Amino acid sequence: MEFIISILAGILFATAIYNLLQKQLLRIIIGTLLLSHGAHLFILTMGELKRGNPPILTEGVSNYTDPLPQALILTSIVISFGITSLLLVLAYRTATENETDNMEQLRGNDNE
Amino acid sequence: MLYIVLIPLLLACTIPFISKFKHKLHTGIPVLLIPSAIFLYFIRFVGTGFEPVRQSYEWIPSLGINFNFYLDGLSLLFVLLISGIGALVVLYSIYYLGRDERLGHFYVYLLMFMSAMLGVVLSDNIFVLYTFWELTSISSFLLIGYWHFKEKSRYGALKSMLITIFGGLSMFGGFILLSVMTGTSSIQIMIQNSEVIMNSPYMPLALGFILLGAFTKSAQFPFHIWLPDAMEAPTPVSAYLHSATMVKAGLFLVARFSPIFSGYEGFFIIVSIAGIVTLCWGSYMAVHQTDLKAILAFSTISQLGMIMAMLGFGTEAAIFAAVFHILCHATFKGSLFMVAGIVDHETGTRDIRKLGGLMTFMPMSAALALFGTFSMAGIPLPFLNGFYSKELFFKSTLKLPQGAHPVTNFLVEAIPYLAVFGSIFTFVYSLYFLFGTFGGKKQVDKLPKHPHEAPVGMLIAPFVLVLGVILIGLFPNVFNGTFIAHAAEAVAGTTIVKEITFWHGFESTAFQMSLVVVALGAILVSTRRKWSKVYSFIPGRGSINHIYDAIIAKLDNWSTKMTTFYMTGSLRLYMAIILSTIFLVTLGFMLVTDGLTIDYSNLAPVTVTEIAVALVIVAAAIGTIFAKKNLGAILIAGVVGYGVSLLFVIYRAPDLALTQLVVETVSVALFLLCFYHLPNLDNTKDPAGTRLTNGIISIGFGTLMTLIGISAHSSDWFGTISDYFLETSHSLGGGDNVVNVILVDMRGLDTLFEIAVLGIAALAIYSIIKLKMNKGAK
Repeated sequence: MEFIISILAGILFATAIYNLLQKQLLRIIIGTLLLSHGAHLFILTMGELKRGNPPILTEGVSNYTDPLPQALILTSIVISFGITSLLLVLAYRTATENETDNMEQLRGNDNE
Repeated sequence: MLYIVLIPLLLACTIPFISKFKHKLHTGIPVLLIPSAIFLYFIRFVGTGFEPVRQSYEWIPSLGINFNFYLDGLSLLFVLLISGIGALVVLYSIYYLGRDERLGHFYVYLLMFMSAMLGVVLSDNIFVLYTFWELTSISSFLLIGYWHFKEKSRYGALKSMLITIFGGLSMFGGFILLSVMTGTSSIQIMIQNSEVIMNSPYMPLALGFILLGAFTKSAQFPFHIWLPDAMEAPTPVSAYLHSATMVKAGLFLVARFSPIFSGYEGFFIIVSIAGIVTLCWGSYMAVHQTDLKAILAFSTISQLGMIMAMLGFGTEAAIFAAVFHILCHATFKGSLFMVAGIVDHETGTRDIRKLGGLMTFMPMSAALALFGTFSMAGIPLPFLNGFYSKELFFKSTLKLPQGAHPVTNFLVEAIPYLAVFGSIFTFVYSLYFLFGTFGGKKQVDKLPKHPHEAPVGMLIAPFVLVLGVILIGLFPNVFNGTFIAHAAEAVAGTTIVKEITFWHGFESTAFQMSLVVVALGAILVSTRRKWSKVYSFIPGRGSINHIYDAIIAKLDNWSTKMTTFYMTGSLRLYMAIILSTIFLVTLGFMLVTDGLTIDYSNLAPVTVTEIAVALVIVAAAIGTIFAKKNLGAILIAGVVGYGVSLLFVIYRAPDLALTQLVVETVSVALFLLCFYHLPNLDNTKDPAGTRLTNGIISIGFGTLMTLIGISAHSSDWFGTISDYFLETSHSLGGGDNVVNVILVDMRGLDTLFEIAVLGIAALAIYSIIKLKMNKGAK
């Protein structure tokens, strides 16, 4: 199963990057969203899947799944939520200020 | 000694405050105390019974980088020059630089240089030495560019830095080789283990690298081109850095390492050739210059070449002469630079074609210049130190070591003639400098200012140096026994007892050589106008400067082209380049190191539910690409998120599943909120080529991540650290939900910062929405 999840993560990465390379801001944000999903599954496979109980200590149980990737992913979910919302607002503001959300038109000028 | 080395640097921090009062108190006056104090500290070491002093302070002991200071005769000679000439130069600068100059900057740079130079000559640790070495290059850059509004100053500063730092880096390479060979970073221990170095196959490489550093720093042919341009610096700087101290760092380096390499014939060949060619070329070119400081610059180049050549000879007599000449050169050349500065200051020009006949206006300066130039020319008079060192030089060229290599034997024959050739031109430019400025016809009308004698304070410093010229000339053996001999001993490794005598009789070949120099030199001086056409043939129009300029222009051109090639302003292109690079490098590395492993043994069983969820996720993820409407794309992306949270449930991560569900819901809501404000999806597609490239990049990257995931799972390099958390969660954290304990307790600080990040993001979102960019904003 780990391999399948690895492949799933790979597909998520691939679609995420294809979206990132698009010219529309909304697609790029969706790309980052998919990227974080891919990364989460990727981290999850680093531990072993489905070995033991959820990592909540209970009397008489000694076999738990790896809690560390879960802690990392939890942090990541929250941070990527922050990033997504910031990006969304930034995109909204950029699009209204510049009257376009096309990356090809949103270039710096030559004097930069 | 650590404090002595760092004092100038530390006190430099106070200069910006002191310089606020520069109109009441010239910043140079308090600064003058620093080199004077250092000079007094070190002068007490001078004496016949001098023994090397060692002191160590730990800095980075794990890497063998420590402040190991080692004061031997050679270092003592240099620290006295650095502090002594430093004090005189500061004194001189008080009169040279007006109060409306940026004095604070000047003295900070100067003190920085002083610290750095003291560090170079006192460090026994090669890495510390290198650090200080580069610091001298940087402070020299700053000082040359002191008048930064002048185009030429900036050009000269950049040139000197590029050339000396290029050499410095190469020297660093040599140092690393040496420390790898010997397993130490101490120069003294390396000298003791010199056999290890001599037997190493990398020895010629290390030698070449180190010599490159020394040659660039000491302006040896063909790297000498930076020194004439460095003359754009204020004259006190030229006198200090570019004649007395910094340019001698290269000589110091060669002298320091010569106990290791002196047995190697290549050392003799390379160093002697570099030195003797520099001597001849520098003195030949000096006669061609019209700027007073340019004459002195080429003269410095040629004198440095002469000392370098003597260090290359490696005989006891030559080393002794080299060390002696380092001292003599500092005295007479320092005074001449100061006189040139005075002439510039009082007449407004340094162009020798406009000067002339200044003797009547500036008798004191003329007298000082007379002693300086005669000493430099090596005129046989018993009170000029330059004659003694010139004589010792001639003598050393006559007794060169025989070698096995034919080049060595050729050099042994040729060097005495080349030495005489170089010395003849030395004689010519010395007198050209003197008579061109102070002798000849008066042309007061051509001068920007009416000339008059400099203020007394300005004359003190060159006067003290000329006094040094005369005293060393009159009593050479007083200086000899007390510290020249110690310095020579430090270089040669054996005790050298030498008497310096003035008169060797007419039969002495060295004296005959001196006479030839004086006679031919006098003829050439008087007929200079007739033969000066020779300069249109050699060097003619092509010169090393052209090569330098061409290289710099090419580099400029190439890098501009390179940069504009990929810096197009298109973020998509940057993204594509970055991702492809990650892909190629990581995949390449994986294949090269054989990192790709697949192990089927330890896998969880596959169930239908998981497969179904995975398929839904895949379908949704691909769907985001083909969605035609904003709304559709957002909702499909939401499906991916919910699918992932389902997977979290299956994989026994209840906290993750809950969080993901909440976050996904809020995210989708946010997307939908913004959806009204964002323009509709543009359905014009990219050209097929672009889409294909993007597709290849994304599929490649996805494959790479899959491979990494599988390999990471299949290989077991490190044991898991999770057991610790499982064991201690209850006892240390007081909680049973291990994931929560890790987040809020074990890694509590991380979580705190995470909250801070979210807070900042919230603030940013709020202000982006509220911010009125301009009146037209909605």
